[in-house]
Amino acid sequence: MASNKKYWKSVEELNENSSIVETLRNNEFVEEIPTDEFLGDKDALSTSSTTRRDFLKYVGFSTAAASLAACEGPVIKSIPYVVQPEEIIPGVADFYATTIADGFDFANILIKTREGRPIKVENNNLPNAKTGANARVHASVLSLYDSLRLKQSKIEGKDASWADVDAKVTAALADAKAKGGQVVLLTGTMASPSTDKLIADFIAKNPTAKHVVYDAVSSSDALDAFQMVYGERALADYDFSKADVIVSVGADILGDWQGGGYDAGYAQGRIPKNGKMSKHIQIESNMSLAGANADKRIPMTVTEQKHALVKIYNVITGASVSTPKVANEEAVMKAAQQLKAAAGKGVLVSGLDDVNAQLLVLAINRALNAEAFNPATPRLIRKGDAKAVAQLVKDMKAGVVHTLIMNGVNPVYTLPNSADFVEGLSKVKMSVAFSLKEDETALKTKVAVATPHYLESWGDVSIVKGHYSITQPTIRPLFDTKQFQEALLAWTGNPASYYDFLKAHGTAVVAGGATWNKLVHDGFYVTPVTAAVGGANVDFASAAGALAQAKNLGGLELVLYTKTGMGDGQQANNPWLQEFPDPITRVSWDNYVTVSKKDAEKLGLVNYNVANGGLNGSYSTIEVGGVKLENVPVIIQPGQAVGTIGLALGYGRKEAMKQEMQVGVNAYTLYANMKSDQSAKVSKANGDHEFACVQLQKTLMGRGDIIKETTLEIFNTKDAAEWNIVPMVSLDHKETPTTKVDIWDSFDRSVGHHFNLSIDLNACTGCGACVIACHAENNVPVVGKSEVRRSRDMHWLRIDRYYSSQDTFKGDVELKEGASGLMNSIDTFTGMEDPSENPQVAFQPVMCQHCNHAPCETVCPVAATSHGRQGQNHMAYNRCVGTRYCANNCPYKVRRFNWFLYNKNSEFDYHMNDDLGRMVLNPDVNVRSRGVMEKCSLCIQMTQSTILKAKREGRLVGKDEFQVACSAACSSGAMVFGDVNDKESQVAKLAEDDRMYHLLEHIGTKPNVFYHVKVRNT
Amino acid sequence: MKKVGNHKSFSKILLFSLALVLSFSFTSNAQDAAAGKALFNSNCAACHKLDAAMTGPALRGVTERHDTAWLHKWIKNSSELIKSGDAKAIKVFEENDKKVMTAFPQLSDADIDNILAYTSQPKEEPKAAAAGGGATAGAQEGGVSNNLVLGVLAVVLAMLVAMLLFVKNVLNKIAKANGIEAPVKEKSLPIWIAFARNQFLVLVSVIVMLLVGAYFIYGYLMQIGVDQGYEPIQPIHFSHKIHAGDNGIDCKYCHSSARVSKTSGIPSLNVCMNCHKNINEFQGDADSTYVEHTKEFYSAEIQKLYDAVGWDKTAQKYTGKVKPVKWVRVHNLPDFVYFNHSQHVSVAGLECQKCHGPVETMEIMRQHSPLTMGWCVNCHRETNVNVEGNEYYKKIHEELSKKYGVDKLTAAQMGGLECGKCHY
Repeated sequence: MASNKKYWKSVEELNENSSIVETLRNNEFVEEIPTDEFLGDKDALSTSSTTRRDFLKYVGFSTAAASLAACEGPVIKSIPYVVQPEEIIPGVADFYATTIADGFDFANILIKTREGRPIKVENNNLPNAKTGANARVHASVLSLYDSLRLKQSKIEGKDASWADVDAKVTAALADAKAKGGQVVLLTGTMASPSTDKLIADFIAKNPTAKHVVYDAVSSSDALDAFQMVYGERALADYDFSKADVIVSVGADILGDWQGGGYDAGYAQGRIPKNGKMSKHIQIESNMSLAGANADKRIPMTVTEQKHALVKIYNVITGASVSTPKVANEEAVMKAAQQLKAAAGKGVLVSGLDDVNAQLLVLAINRALNAEAFNPATPRLIRKGDAKAVAQLVKDMKAGVVHTLIMNGVNPVYTLPNSADFVEGLSKVKMSVAFSLKEDETALKTKVAVATPHYLESWGDVSIVKGHYSITQPTIRPLFDTKQFQEALLAWTGNPASYYDFLKAHGTAVVAGGATWNKLVHDGFYVTPVTAAVGGANVDFASAAGALAQAKNLGGLELVLYTKTGMGDGQQANNPWLQEFPDPITRVSWDNYVTVSKKDAEKLGLVNYNVANGGLNGSYSTIEVGGVKLENVPVIIQPGQAVGTIGLALGYGRKEAMKQEMQVGVNAYTLYANMKSDQSAKVSKANGDHEFACVQLQKTLMGRGDIIKETTLEIFNTKDAAEWNIVPMVSLDHKETPTTKVDIWDSFDRSVGHHFNLSIDLNACTGCGACVIACHAENNVPVVGKSEVRRSRDMHWLRIDRYYSSQDTFKGDVELKEGASGLMNSIDTFTGMEDPSENPQVAFQPVMCQHCNHAPCETVCPVAATSHGRQGQNHMAYNRCVGTRYCANNCPYKVRRFNWFLYNKNSEFDYHMNDDLGRMVLNPDVNVRSRGVMEKCSLCIQMTQSTILKAKREGRLVGKDEFQVACSAACSSGAMVFGDVNDKESQVAKLAEDDRMYHLLEHIGTKPNVFYHVKVRNT
Repeated sequence: MKKVGNHKSFSKILLFSLALVLSFSFTSNAQDAAAGKALFNSNCAACHKLDAAMTGPALRGVTERHDTAWLHKWIKNSSELIKSGDAKAIKVFEENDKKVMTAFPQLSDADIDNILAYTSQPKEEPKAAAAGGGATAGAQEGGVSNNLVLGVLAVVLAMLVAMLLFVKNVLNKIAKANGIEAPVKEKSLPIWIAFARNQFLVLVSVIVMLLVGAYFIYGYLMQIGVDQGYEPIQPIHFSHKIHAGDNGIDCKYCHSSARVSKTSGIPSLNVCMNCHKNINEFQGDADSTYVEHTKEFYSAEIQKLYDAVGWDKTAQKYTGKVKPVKWVRVHNLPDFVYFNHSQHVSVAGLECQKCHGPVETMEIMRQHSPLTMGWCVNCHRETNVNVEGNEYYKKIHEELSKKYGVDKLTAAQMGGLECGKCHY
């Protein structure tokens, strides 16, 4: 029987004139098939003499030859040391304490070396070690093995020996001295007392010399303010663990503000103890890590922030400077009152690039008598002077500068007026750049001196006053390099080596308290600073008055910031950092302008996902004071203050970079006068940008059981059952908690070790140090932008970021539960996909949950994944045949598949494709091949080695001795790993805590990773 | 490690004492020299050789160079002699790079005389070469005679065949002459056709052939990548037999990292030099039966070590020119297996021979075990965990053995069969 039913695939087909239907009718595939790659070259095809039969013959022959050859084992050579160094035992790791000081990141760290190769960065856990390692510090070990490092010094682009360079520079210095020409040392902040001494010696020898300190990302205004009040060029230090109320005005206290490293102290106060936790109020324009973690976030333009700061100043000091009304006046006033009420337990910080604002910060904290505010032991890791740099560029253009010697800076890339600098360079008689890479600056100078990486150098650092750290080499220099300090010694006619000089200096510093050996062993030494600082009385009132006059200059306010993964951009050729997804936007391999939804609608900017899930965004053009930045991709950022846009520095580098890593746009060109806030004009440009964003969903859709959270009030007053709800299922028609129901026979795990990982969602700031530490420990490959875009990222550990769709996550849950009826539900849920304008944010690190009843294990056809008694879900790579059933059956989506061979493959030209980059691989962990599944192993190589160590020493494993890469990297203490069968261990106690819950508890997987309910102090 | 004793040492001592007793009864000169040899070996040999300079100069004929009374003084305390301003002593001291010789106040004058007597003996002419030549000649003779016997046998057999043919021919002729007709054999089916017609037989033999084929193919496939018996030629002929066997050196003296590390480690060359600084040529007995190569061969191999480590034998100095040795790796596990020596050597207390076989008998190092997963797993199933005196195992062993109802747990019961214990 004939049927007149018409089948249709989309509503478009109902429209007769639709062009889409017409296009689809003629094309089977929506996207073009890339046939051109192999059929494009017609000439080659027609001239080729290979027939189909020949081709088959070749294939047959080569298959047979390959299989025959495969039967013969290769001959493997082993080459032992001729003289084995005493401290090296092949197969056993050595740890060295050292300090990173690259001008942007400063931290006391430990370096794990194997057979003399540094392979991993660990936190230095001695008490008083300064600032935990962030993601960039963890990744810095890979920058040592950067194959594009400057391997040899160059004079005008030609390889030269140190003797040539020395002769040339010595002659130039003599010439400068004779003619009275100016000699300038331009360095980043080195915070190195011994280098300061060397530079002083240099200036004494060359009276026309001066030292200019230049920070690519400037803190010049805060430094000026501190100097005005306390007479020292430094930054006040803060200890957030001592604060009950933290108010931040535009300071990303969990990011790179003042050099970062505040998360450990901050997280201490964020874990509810005895019914108390700190309250954090963040006033800002971009959505920052600090804003995402705040209890109350008030989005504001920079101008409004300045006004708000004056208002707070009024409340705290009782002044009455008149200010215009701001958008969230009420919230600001409330914050000011809370801060005042907290008095000594309150603290206010600001990241505004304005001297007056920074003066008010000091005034407010002094008025509060804030315990968290430490002007007596200020931070010394930012010294840059924007005015001096501006003057230098002027001098260079005027031809006043005779010799310019630079170390650790890349002004041609980082200066906003880079063109002026380049013009100036051409007028300088002698220009020298000490550089790790042949970067933009090293290419333009007459002499480029190859310098060693910090892991190859000696050095000292004073991170805060009274804290003296040592940098020691962990490997012999890989290339023919010369350290800046060695050069200074040579040019001041000092015959000592820098090591001897440093040893004399360091020994003198720690004399009386420690020996040189102890100093090098610990990595740092603390001299107590007892003298309290009074501080001068500066006219704060007029500063407030001036600040209250701040006006919006029209257009959108551009706020430049640094990304957690990239910082100031000096490690831009580091594939780990490029692939690291930004904690907030979850976008890797790019920088972009963040725009509020309202502004985006006004400007016609869009974000949308294409068929394969990839995120696309419009291009825009940003103009600041006549400087145009073209083709800046747009991300619509929930929480971005209306009237502001954000753009990250550190991208868009081209020189000494692998092709794949030349991504993003250079925002330094808009960094006029080194102020992070600029007045910008934004317009839509043609075309769409393809992002590599690892998270497609933005909200939790009201699923409050994924990230359980509550408020401090409920947490304190109500029973755990009310705020940490255990899901129920029906068993024999009775409501039963899922924790009590089991369709499997449980394995008895009471004997031996049973590993659990605890993640406290209150302490996790989303900083991502664990992601890079996991990368380094487990030889996780880098797959590149286009693969990440296809959701083929390989990170074993991801940090999910969720926005609330209503004002709060609680509102989402209520909305979801209130939805009824089909249409209502559809509308409600569609609406819930969009984040709110100023959402709550939550972070959740997710790795393999090591389920005791793992869904992946039951579906593997070859039993490649199985369970161990110690709770780990094992993955035998050699057994895996790549069916990917396990990944499909994993409810947590934590399994990663090797779609390609990611090592020794020129298609993936990252560190695993060159001999140098492969030096960073951990020899205890297998490098996976194509076609196998991989996932978090709960660092079984680390737990096994801890057990073996105990066995060898014939003792029990110590309490809290077990560590995994992520827990060891977590400086905020959010991740705690250990043996729950050891009742004394920290993790066993955390497992019994009221806040403990498992992810997706209702499906009964019984994971060995558990979370702690997030408590908000609203 | 299993104690690898020198099984010949007892008989050697016996022989030596016999020689001693005999020499006592004969000439007094011989007596001096024999006693002197023993004293020389225990006191002087660490720095001196008879015919070659080592740390100290060669000593043969030293009595011809210096007078005996002076030598007595020098040996007893050379530094004092030098201090006293003895011109000769200072000259000798300076000639030898100012190396201070240990004082031997414990040696009596008689002892020193004996030692000097030993150093005055004329150099023995090597006889080993002649003896060796004789042996090869003997072996060659044996070869010729064997061939001869075989040749003769072949000729005899050929003659027999020819004779039989001849007899058959003769008989046929006789039969023909007597008119006897040989019975004509009825032509039957050729056997292969008969076989092909019998379907049962065909079926059975096809099955048998398939099974046999499968057996061999399986066997072939299973040995791919298994290098049991792998015995590569190394850049330096290092004999484990001489070192671990005849000299009884502990395995972990050289492979020291086996105690604490995942790898047992190929000893670095400075470890070799601990002994070979002194032992610069093969010192086995000239007529020893336990070595497979000549003295010159072994001494040349020691020279290879010196070349690699940059040791100048005559100047007794490191030249600084090194040439790392590229050993051929014998035992090699695939990358996806994690094996830790210290777990097996230090914790479990296994003998190295358990996996590596009788290394102390191997002239060339050979892979003794298949190193397959089945082989590992079998051992884990059979071997009890060594828990004695190890605090780590105390509690877990008690609880687990109760659970499994056994006295002693095997490695497998302890979790030694879990995938993730070796594969990560």
